Amino acid sequence: MTVTPEIKLSPEQSSVPALLARNARLHGMQTAYREKEFGIWQSWTWAETQAEVRAMALGFLALGMARGDYVAIIGRNRPALYWAMVAAQSVGAIPVPLYQDAVAEEMAYVLDHCGARFVVCGDQEQVDKVIEVQEKVTCIEEIMYLDKRGMRKYDHSHMNWLEDVMREGRAAETRFAKELETRLKELTLDHTCVMLYTSGTTGKPKGVVLSNRNIIVTSKNSSEFDHLKPGDEILAYLPMAWVGDFIFAIGQAYWTGFCVNCPESAQTMMTDLREIGPTYYFAPPRIFENMLTTVMIRMEDASPFKRRMFHHFMDFARDVGPKLLDGKDVGLGARLKYALGNLLVYGPLKDTLGLRRIRVAYTAGEAIGPEIFDFYRSLGINLKQLYGQTEASVFITQQPDGEVRSDTVGVPSPGVEVRIAESGEVFYRSPGTFESYYKNPESTASTKDPEGWVATGDAGFFEEGSGHLRIIDRAKDVGKMADGSMFAPKYVENKLKFFPNILESVVFGNNRDRCVAFINIDLNAVGSWAERNNIAYSSYQELAGLKPVLDTIQEHVETVNESVAQDEMLAGCQIHRFLVLHKELDADDGEMTRTRKVRRRIVEEKFADLIDALYGGKDSIYTETEVTYEDGRKGKLKATLEIRDAKVFGSAQRMAAE
Amino acid sequence: MLDTQPEEGYVTADGRKIGGVAMEMKNITLRFGGVVAIKDISFDIRWGEVRAIIGPNGAGKSSMLNVISGFYNPQEGEIIYKGYKRPRMRPYQVARTGIARTFQNIALFEGMSVLDNIMTGRLHHMKANLFQQALWWGKASREEQENREKVEKIIDFLEIQHIRKTPVARLPYGLKKRVELARALAAEPSILLLDEPMAGMNVEEKEDMCRFILDVNDEFGTTTVLIEHDMGVVMDLSDRVVVMDYGKKIGDGTPDEVRNNEEVIKAYLGVAHE
Repeated sequence: MTVTPEIKLSPEQSSVPALLARNARLHGMQTAYREKEFGIWQSWTWAETQAEVRAMALGFLALGMARGDYVAIIGRNRPALYWAMVAAQSVGAIPVPLYQDAVAEEMAYVLDHCGARFVVCGDQEQVDKVIEVQEKVTCIEEIMYLDKRGMRKYDHSHMNWLEDVMREGRAAETRFAKELETRLKELTLDHTCVMLYTSGTTGKPKGVVLSNRNIIVTSKNSSEFDHLKPGDEILAYLPMAWVGDFIFAIGQAYWTGFCVNCPESAQTMMTDLREIGPTYYFAPPRIFENMLTTVMIRMEDASPFKRRMFHHFMDFARDVGPKLLDGKDVGLGARLKYALGNLLVYGPLKDTLGLRRIRVAYTAGEAIGPEIFDFYRSLGINLKQLYGQTEASVFITQQPDGEVRSDTVGVPSPGVEVRIAESGEVFYRSPGTFESYYKNPESTASTKDPEGWVATGDAGFFEEGSGHLRIIDRAKDVGKMADGSMFAPKYVENKLKFFPNILESVVFGNNRDRCVAFINIDLNAVGSWAERNNIAYSSYQELAGLKPVLDTIQEHVETVNESVAQDEMLAGCQIHRFLVLHKELDADDGEMTRTRKVRRRIVEEKFADLIDALYGGKDSIYTETEVTYEDGRKGKLKATLEIRDAKVFGSAQRMAAE
Repeated sequence: MLDTQPEEGYVTADGRKIGGVAMEMKNITLRFGGVVAIKDISFDIRWGEVRAIIGPNGAGKSSMLNVISGFYNPQEGEIIYKGYKRPRMRPYQVARTGIARTFQNIALFEGMSVLDNIMTGRLHHMKANLFQQALWWGKASREEQENREKVEKIIDFLEIQHIRKTPVARLPYGLKKRVELARALAAEPSILLLDEPMAGMNVEEKEDMCRFILDVNDEFGTTTVLIEHDMGVVMDLSDRVVVMDYGKKIGDGTPDEVRNNEEVIKAYLGVAHE
């Protein structure tokens, strides 16, 4: 592969604060941020944003923030917290956004590891956690908070309301203006832009150091790839600690100068989405799944006429919609019918979902079900997939317009080189490739080789013909069955998860003679089904243990087995026995990462008794599980779970019979 | 009796300022025909405090609250409010003097949205006449904006943004209670009366409600009088507690004092009455 030429950037493109100054000059009067507060969308132009960030940066200087200090940012997506990140960069400090739903001990590790001197919190809840952490972590000197509510009684000797910090900054204009100027001038492409902690499916989180070059060049390339422009709108609702949010809401937003909208609260996200009608949108598959489930549930309750109309036009759209989107040949009759469908069904539906104005939408992080993917494509929503990770500043591969499919993750992003190692593992090298893991040279060395190639930890291959990358599974999760055939749990789990009734599944079978599975039902979908059929239940646990529910899940498992059996290579991964778990896998219990990926090893250890039962041939098993409530208290869940056998197909069946 | 608080204001352990006497009940007696619901009860409410009235079923707690809110007029005794003796008043007149309340069995407008329900709490603050209201002209539109802003701050405070436009009838019980609190707060009351704010709630909803009551008191300095069955809740929430049994006051003081009061223990352990 050719080495991409070094991209030249002017000084005003060499850091995020510099981009902010440029935007304030070029698009000063255009809206940069919106946030819904007190029922109204409040907005700030780029010029106003610059003034706010400047006040905050001066305030930080007044508090004694030094070059190279680490500033932790904890809270939900709010403009002021984004500004705090840019203000920290302005004075030469490094922002470290954290997951706001992390419990205190997780936070303690990260805060201690980066040695944060300053912490900016969203509200009292976060401040309380930081104060708890301070008992062990001694590096924190100043806490700032955004929402004043409930904060009056706290000891403020080392605590400040962010508004006060900004007021102080404005007052100190003459005192610190020169110092701020100097610090802003010092910033180059090689300075650290942000440090993000990976959620870590195994072990402790690692601090990924991303430079201005990483972020800005990646943002430039990806913005050009999708023709993003000023005037585009995004909704910032994903965790600020996640690299994607940083790239979309800071990197690309500052590069192109589009508007970032922050929802009123987590619960109002869907309403806010609808009110804003973003043109550029990112959501993990889970959100698209939930939206589709909601639509389907509501259509079940619609009048028979509407229901028939919906299904008629949706069936038609499934055929024609994607073709139209890809610019393929479609006859005039079909075009007219699609237009009619748009008027009656697709348009109103997109409007309800808040997706009417979407030009580009992405999904990533997990595989998305083909039915779900096609549903949105057939509505005329340009939903595409990308493949990336924190270490790459998101982008490794993405799908160009017109070459979109549900089973690939696209071609290498501009400036990214990808190669497949002999083991099947995917490697990449790109301008977005991270500098290092903070205070962890061993991991840096084992992940990134001297030539800059980074191991993704995923196994995949390039498809013949199209040149698109396909990901099979996490490389370390791919194993062997006892008879030597390939074991790829993710492949089977994804197939299971494509059923709306199944929220999560974990398949086991490495070094065993057959596969078994844990299943989590989707409370929304199954709950609504129970309601429609007059089946009473009082809790997740009870619903998950009902016979008709188990019957349905069994059908799903058998359907999956049938389809897995088609694949010679993976036929051994059919599920012989399964159970429906008595609790939802939860990040608070450590069973999932904060980005909601299953931590296989932890689940395996925690529920070892259940796995033994699945292999042991018992019909039911009594178990007790420790759970952590939202406020950090612990409790015990007790349940007797029913274990079911599922039908297997083809060669696997013969093997089992022997 | 056990009232050991200083005459003029003081500061609590957690830094809230409690002022002088806001309302004083003097020898209140309330009778329904031959039944004596309240027998010669006297106590006071201080500015900024959370004052609880507790007691077993039928002790006369709700009657007491209804006396304060002006729903019942006691046959004997007087109420001194803001330094003056309160004359006989209709409940709506009492409401205009700055006393707002919630109800034991939620009394919201079920068909209206949460926002509209809370807006009704601002009624006393709107002066535009029917004509202006109908045309949404002049004073009416200005008033609505001002009042909506106040209401939105309360919505934000009580974290009910997501149900702003939802009809009340569709809400679960715990949220309805919160909406009722919001409506009472919207009136910007001097004294807030809460009639069993925690009744029928699960543990989580109770915790939320406790936090909101404390936050309201802390943030707006609202004087709060609440009736509650749940002893644990009362002891954690309130600055001073009045204990009633069979229409009589059997205890009055800080939660600790009340907890160690013989008569209170008797009433709660169910010792037989002569």
